[in-house]
Formats: sequence, structure tokens, C-alpha cells
Amino acid sequence: MSETLVRLEHIEKSFGANRVLNGVDLTVEAGEVHVLAGGNGAGKSTLINILGGAIQHYSGTVHFMDKPVHFGSPQDAIRQGISVIHQELSLVPDMSVLENLFLGDLPTRRGWVDFAAMSQQAKAVLARLGLEIDLQARVGSFPISTQQMVEIAKALRFEANVVVMDEPTSALNARESDRLFGVIGDLQRAGCGILYVSHRMEEIYRLASRISVLRDGTVVSTETPEALPPAKVAQLMVGDAVERAESKMETSTAPMGEVVFEARNITVRQGSRTLVDNISVMARPGEVVGLAGVEGSGCSELLWAIFGGIDRDSAGEVLLQGTRRHTATPQESVRAGLALVTNDRKTHGLILGSSVVENCALPNLVSFARRGWIVAAQMRTALTALCRSFSVRAESYDVEVGSLSGGNQQKVVLAKWHQTDPAVLLLDEPTRGIDVNAKAEVYEQIGRWQSAGKAILLITSDIHELLALSDRIVVLRQGRIAGEFKKDDATAEKVIGAAISA
Amino acid sequence: MSTNPVSRILAKPETRAILAFAIVVLCGLLLNGDGSFLRFGTHRDALRQMSVYGILACGMTVVVLSGGIDLSVGSVLALSAVLLSKMVIHWQISPAISVLVVVAVGGFAGWISGALVAFGRMQAFIATLAMMVTARGMAKLVSGGEKVATNLAMPDGSMKYVEVPGLYRTIDSRILGGNLSVVTLIFFACFAITFALLARHRWGREVVAIGGNEEAARLSGVPVKASKIWAYVLCGAFAAIAGICQAAQEQQGDPEAGTGYELTAIAMVVMGGTSLMGGRGSVGLTLVGILTIGYVEKILSINAVPEALRLIITGAIIVVAVFTQKRR
Ligand SMILES: Nc1ncnc2c1ncn2[C@@H]1O[C@H](COP(=O)(O)OP(=O)(O)OP(=O)(O)O)[C@@H](O)[C@H]1O
Ligand SMILES: [Mg+2]
Repeated sequence: MSETLVRLEHIEKSFGANRVLNGVDLTVEAGEVHVLAGGNGAGKSTLINILGGAIQHYSGTVHFMDKPVHFGSPQDAIRQGISVIHQELSLVPDMSVLENLFLGDLPTRRGWVDFAAMSQQAKAVLARLGLEIDLQARVGSFPISTQQMVEIAKALRFEANVVVMDEPTSALNARESDRLFGVIGDLQRAGCGILYVSHRMEEIYRLASRISVLRDGTVVSTETPEALPPAKVAQLMVGDAVERAESKMETSTAPMGEVVFEARNITVRQGSRTLVDNISVMARPGEVVGLAGVEGSGCSELLWAIFGGIDRDSAGEVLLQGTRRHTATPQESVRAGLALVTNDRKTHGLILGSSVVENCALPNLVSFARRGWIVAAQMRTALTALCRSFSVRAESYDVEVGSLSGGNQQKVVLAKWHQTDPAVLLLDEPTRGIDVNAKAEVYEQIGRWQSAGKAILLITSDIHELLALSDRIVVLRQGRIAGEFKKDDATAEKVIGAAISA
Repeated sequence: MSTNPVSRILAKPETRAILAFAIVVLCGLLLNGDGSFLRFGTHRDALRQMSVYGILACGMTVVVLSGGIDLSVGSVLALSAVLLSKMVIHWQISPAISVLVVVAVGGFAGWISGALVAFGRMQAFIATLAMMVTARGMAKLVSGGEKVATNLAMPDGSMKYVEVPGLYRTIDSRILGGNLSVVTLIFFACFAITFALLARHRWGREVVAIGGNEEAARLSGVPVKASKIWAYVLCGAFAAIAGICQAAQEQQGDPEAGTGYELTAIAMVVMGGTSLMGGRGSVGLTLVGILTIGYVEKILSINAVPEALRLIITGAIIVVAVFTQKRR
């Protein structure tokens, strides 16, 4: 019936000895949303990079519009009509929104950039996504969710026949995701084919025309969503392994004791704007305090300020067990027993060029050192065990963290901070980009942290996750507390309502 | 420094660079070397003296913005000066062709560095260090290790003096009633070209993007390798132009010319506030950096500060200026 836009035939790809894709067959039809599911490290992004021309060496054939093609570069793929929203942001932070939108395809008159034409086209694309931002502002000055929207706008601008989206919503809140879904609907009606990768089950079932599950480098199943219920997808992803997931999301109600952690009167300013306005939060041992808010609410900035990541222009004090602690720098905070999992692992969370082991060791080198000298063997054994227990999937733990799949990088960040045995965990999007099974593991880990009496502040843009994990939800709006809900009377409507109402 | 608009303006790199320059000018007015700072000729000479460095700094800015560095400009300058002198003085080749050849050779040297960086995935520091050594060797090879001047050694051992070529005299002259040196004009032209390319040309914008986030640029469809190579080609060609100016001013091609010039050029770029990490800065800032360092030198020399002390003071000023820029 419908036209096949992309046909992948027996795609194989190895990185050194690590065979990632082992004969993948897949098609994308016009007007469909083909969801590609698979565990962290299954090879989804690798496949997308091949389709998008970012990887040139592979075996097998890519057919596009019934012709075998081989893209020599991303530029090549874009020109022929395949545009990709990459899993990791591919923006230049120091350039303006406008130039980022057009990067690689700047409209020119005889080589000279035509800024007027550019801003006109840009406004049209941003309007489709309902995004109103200053086109001249630096992209890096926006919160990560806005940056993601810019990234999406950039891909939409090409008017491609095939749009590939690698976890486009992992950094978006509910409202922004909805807008994206609207645009996806438009694209479908216009006859585009969409290849969509996500770890969020609700959206998979909301969008999918077909679902393919990738495991061990091959597609193990391609079905309509009706024929492939969520539990089946999760099971196919791990093979024969146990079915856990879902149920584990309900965490036990932990015992509540004295307040162990308190942040008082935190204020963060940036230029003339006040991002966090005199906010105080506290947590008891074993308590998960969820922080909710849309962009500009100051949630992330609050965690940064507590951790000492924002040094100047921030004020307030942090108390642990009732005593005031110096947390003006991350170094002091780590020593005091705080841990911050940031929402952008690539720029703030990991040293991409260092090995998995080295990354895990970093906040805790002291404990592996005798008189300043690292005891390498002991460190390796301990950290290898640690990474295993967080089921970090890598060829070996000595490879560069940057070569791991996105979800596995996230697990390394979590493992690294677990290692420091903190009293308080500040988690900003801890499940960003990790697969359903790994999510279940993270939920279990949060449960274990709770039972161990640690206090947790949690930010997540996944509202279901927030409701399920938090004992208490504090809603921020424009840097102020806009509401607080106990676990029992928090609902998605109430939380979202408080977060956006004027 | 937060809400206050004054401190916000102060935090801009442009403001700081201009402020540093203003302070230098103020020092010049105070320490005016018995009034010579107030004379027009002093400024004309200051501009002339910073022109060769300025041309190098313009090309350097492009490479630095792309996330690289070019250590070979001093050597390429020497190679060009020597080659040009050989061509116009010894071989009597027409100036137009000679200039084209020399600029092409400079561009080609840049192309090799760029290809090593882009295709060979070599670090810019290493690749251009190799080019720095190689080009110096080439300069000595072409010149036979001697200065290429207007005194020719004849086969019979006698010396023959030829006239200084017209090309050299033209470049070393002044126009506008003696108020503007031609080398300064060439420097301004190089600046204008660089400025236009970086601000408005597609390639220039792509170079800045590559320096800001190379992977993002690649995934956006920017031809990263070609764009990078062109940055080095431009830098090499500008180094050749600087070499031509240098040869004209010295009326000879000295294979030892330009030693250490790459460091001055880098200092000028950094002084302006362009980040050595790439992606942040502009050639407009570099112009301020060129003027600042150029004027520091001039003020010290009109006050008859000995060279040893001059170098020490210049070094200290670079550190102070860059230090204040980092405190954002
Ligand atoms: N450049 C690279 N060099 C070496 N190994 C790599 C490289 N890129 C990916 N890999 C390996 O390929 C495997 C698949 O990675 P990929 O990023 O495709 O996974 P994914 O399915 O996208 O996972 P996720 O859901 O976590 O994003 C991983 O084991 C990863 O370590
Ligand atoms: Mg991926």
C-alpha cells in the first residue's frame, strides 16, 4: 500500500572486536512512525548514525527511495532527504539560535550568508513547535529542554522525507513533548517516514505504527503495537531474562526520622534575573523529595546551587544533621556527603576521554590511595564490581566512556556517585535515556538508597516517574515554590497545574 | 557583578579589550617620550611596525577560532620573503607573477598543515610545529643560508649591485601625502577580508561552529575537514603576504626572518579575548589586541626602554590582560 522510503538490508557494524550490529533488516514506510526499541547499547544509535551518514564504514546496504545509497557524510544524507535528531545535542553552544538552526546549510547569496532570509525561515519553523525565543541569544544560555527543541526545529527545517529521532523527548517536559507529537502527526500526514527511538513506553504506544525490537545486533521482532504489548517489548529487549520493571516503580514507604538535610534560603541570580528566589527545602532520611517545574522554574539551578556548582551570584546555606556545612565548592560538597547527578552527562557528568573505571574513581580517589599513591589493582577490582552491579554494558571497563551508548554512560554517572556513599543525593534526570529494564534497576537503586537512610532530591521530566518515586513533591514556578504535595494526594493534573498556572 | 548594567558591560570581552587598549593609550599620553607620542608620525610608524604582525594575527584568528593553532607562520613568512627576493631580485621575474607564486606557496604550506590536522587527525600544535621547522629549512634551502639581497655574488667572485625592485619600493612607500604606509593599507585589507569572511561568509561561520563544537558541526552537515583546511590555507597565505611586506621593508629576504613572530601573533589574538579553545572570539577583538601590543612596544621604544626590559614588560602586560578577561 504505502511507499517504502528506507530499506536497510543486513547491516553489520563492529567497533574493533565489539560486534554491535549483526545483520539488521528494517524498513521505514511513508506516513508511518516506526519505533525502534532496544536496551541500552543494543545498537540503535549506531544504526541511526549509519542511516544518517555519520558512520561510513559498515557492511550491508541502505536503500533510500528504492535506490541503494551510501552516504559519505551527514551532509550527504541531509541533502538527499534524511534528517536526524541525534541523541546527544549537536548544537554549538556559543553560537546564536539562528545560526545553529541553519548550521551546515546556511542560506547564502554567492557564499555570503543571508541573515534576513534566515531569520524569516527560522521564525516559521519555531512557530510550528510553538517556541518563542530570542533568535540572537546564545544557544548555550537556554535550559537543556529548550536546546532540545532547537535541535528538533533544526531537523524539521530540512523538509526531509525521512526524519529520524533518537530519544527526542528525553530532555523535554510534558508540554513540549506534546508539541513534538503534534508535529510528528503533521509530518505523517505529509507523507514523511519517521524512525523513532525512545525508552518511554507511554509515548511509544501513543505514536507507533510499528515497533521493532533490537537485541544482540539483530531485529528480533517487528509488529504493530497491538500485537506487541509493553511487557512483551521489555521481555524481548532482555531476551529470556526475568520480568521485573513496572511494579518496582512503587517504592516502599521508608521510615521517617529527623531531618538530615536542609537547604535554607537558596537564591540564584543570573545577570538581572532571579532564577531561584529564596527557596528552602529539607529531607528526612529515606525520603525522596521530587522537584517539579517547567523550564525556567529553577529546579536544576536549585540543585546546582546546593552542590556549589553555581558559585557566584548564589546565596543560602546547607545543613546536614542540623549543622551548617560549607558547600561553596563541589569539592567541599562531596566531602560533606552530597552527590549531584547533573542532567547533562556529556558536559557536566563525565570525562568522555577517560575510561569507565577512571570516571568512577574520580570523586573518590582518596579512598583508593595510600599516602597519595593510587593502589590500581584494588581500585580496578572494586570499581569493576561496582559497574557490574549497575549493569553498565561495555566491551570492557577500560574503554573510553565516550564510546559507550548513551544509557550506559548514564549508569556510569550513577555508579560513580554511589561509590562516594553520599548522605544526600541530588538527582537531576537520573533516568535520562536509559532503557526500561535499566530504569527498573535505577528505581531499585533509589529504593536501596532510601532504605540506607539517604535523603534524595529528585528532578525528572517524566511525570509518572516523579509521582511513583517521590514521597513528597515540591513544585517550583519561576524560582518560587508554587505548591507542595504529599505522595497520597499528588496527581499528574495537580502537579502540572501548579507548575504552569499563572 | 550581576544586576549592575555597568558591570555587565564591563564583563563583555569587547569592553575589556578596548579598556586595555585605552589604558595603554593613556600611558602613552603620560609617558609621551618628550612629546613624541603626540606627533602624528609616531602613530603612523606604530601602525607600520605592527602591520606585519597584524597580518599574521588576522590569519591566526581564523585558525584559533576553528579550534587549532598555527605555529608555522613565522617560518612561512621567512620562506616567502626569501622566495620573493629570489624571484624579483635574482631571477628578474615579473612582480605580479612572483607575488602570486609566493602567496600560493604560503597557502600550500597552510594546506599541508590543515590536511595533517583534518585528514591525518594530528594535533594542530604538532602538525604546525613540524611545518614551522620544515618551512624554515625550505627558507634556508632556497636562500642557500644567506640573505637574499640586492648585492649579487658573480661567478667570478665579484659583487654586483642591482637596483631595489620597484615592487619593494612601492610596498615600502606611503600614500595619502605620506600619511599612510602601504604595508598598513595591506594590513587593513587583510583585516577587512578576514572580518567579512568570519562575520558574513558561510565558510567563516562554519569555521566558528567547528571551533565551538566540532561533532555538532559535523552532524549538522558542515564539511568539517574542508572548512578546517581552508582556515590553514588562509593563515598560510596571510603569512606569505606578511613575508612580502617584510621583504619589501628590509629590501631583502632573510631566512632567519620572522623567528618568534608566531608567538606575538598568538599573543595579539589572545589579548583581544579570542579563546584558544576555539569557537569564541572575533577578528575585531584581535584588531584591538594588535593595537594594544603594538602600542605597548611603541611607547616603550619612544621612552627608550632597553629591549630586555621591553620584552619583560610586554610579557607581563599580556598576562595581566588575559587574566582580567578570564574573570568573567
Ligand atoms: N564510537 C564507538 N566506539 C566504540 N564503541 C562504540 C562506539 N559507538 C558505540 N559503541 C558501542 O556500540 C554499542 C551500541 O551503542 P549504541 O549507542 O548504538 O546503543 P543504543 O542502542 O543507542 O543505546 P542507548 O539506548 O543507551 O542510547 C555499545 O556497546 C557501545 O559501547
Ligand atoms: Mg542511543
